[in-house]
Amino acid sequence: MSRRTFYAIALLLALLLAGFGSYYASAHPDGLEYVAEQTGFIDAAEQPKTDDSPFADYQTKGVDDERLGGGIAGVAGVVVVLLVMCGLAFAIRRRRTPETADH
Amino acid sequence: MHVPDGFLDAPTSIATGAVAVAGVAVALRKARTELDDRTAPMAGLVAAFIFAGQMMNFPVGAGTSGHLLGGAMAAVLVGPWTGALCISVVLLVQSLFMADGGITALGTNVTLMALVGCGVGYAVFRTVVAVLPRREASIPPAAAIGALISVPVAATAFTLLFAVGGTAPIEIGKVFTAMVGWHLLIGIGEAFVTGLVVAAVMTARPDLVYGARHLIGERELQIRKAAAA
Repeated sequence: MSRRTFYAIALLLALLLAGFGSYYASAHPDGLEYVAEQTGFIDAAEQPKTDDSPFADYQTKGVDDERLGGGIAGVAGVVVVLLVMCGLAFAIRRRRTPETADH
Repeated sequence: MHVPDGFLDAPTSIATGAVAVAGVAVALRKARTELDDRTAPMAGLVAAFIFAGQMMNFPVGAGTSGHLLGGAMAAVLVGPWTGALCISVVLLVQSLFMADGGITALGTNVTLMALVGCGVGYAVFRTVVAVLPRREASIPPAAAIGALISVPVAATAFTLLFAVGGTAPIEIGKVFTAMVGWHLLIGIGEAFVTGLVVAAVMTARPDLVYGARHLIGERELQIRKAAAA
């Protein structure tokens, strides 16, 4: 498999999971949240300061349909994470010059 | 395991913030040796894939769910330092745009999931790799065991932070038992997903798996030997 094909499949899979699969994810509280409820410190949690963000709580502001809003938020998140991490990785990578290509 | 604002007091959050900043600063320097033109896109994809994976909550028992943390997976695929950067970027985006994990708790979350998650996951992975037979088939199970251990260790680290700077007067033994108990179960899911993903990449492009570099080098040497003979 060429590297390009491999990267394309991985990206497609991430977009499918975040954009489509996430609708079917368990809506139960996660481990920490559940323990906080169980042992009684859940009320210490403050309202998130980024609550008014367009994708708060993995939904999309202005989109009422949960499946669509969740899908848009998921795809947007995947794209933002991909761009930020790719940019960071290319900025700090070891640059190959012809002399040092075989290290 | 995203910690919201308010669980930990200000001094503890400032302390974990300082640990996170120091850890990320070291990772930015060390990741240079793990990344080149070939693997830089891999780092972006691993981060994007883990973001997606973290949306896939799976049920772990009555009324509870868990999701991939991805520390061990990222460390094995792109290296521990680059992996820590991947998880940090995921946490930053989740906190800023998804209101998942507090802003003042970002340092805590980076410390727990990026630094402890990748660090413990990779250390266990390397230990298991050293014990198992020296071949490609050993990589996915070693990654899975690293993942399995990393989750309850991160849960224990949270409990320690809560013991030091928790904002609610809860008996710490109760928090510890519940945290580790549930996160052992979540760790099994983490191990399963990590093993599966690492096995898939090992099948498609083993040369892109950082944790298998020692094997790929050997393979090249064997080819050269054959060519010389």
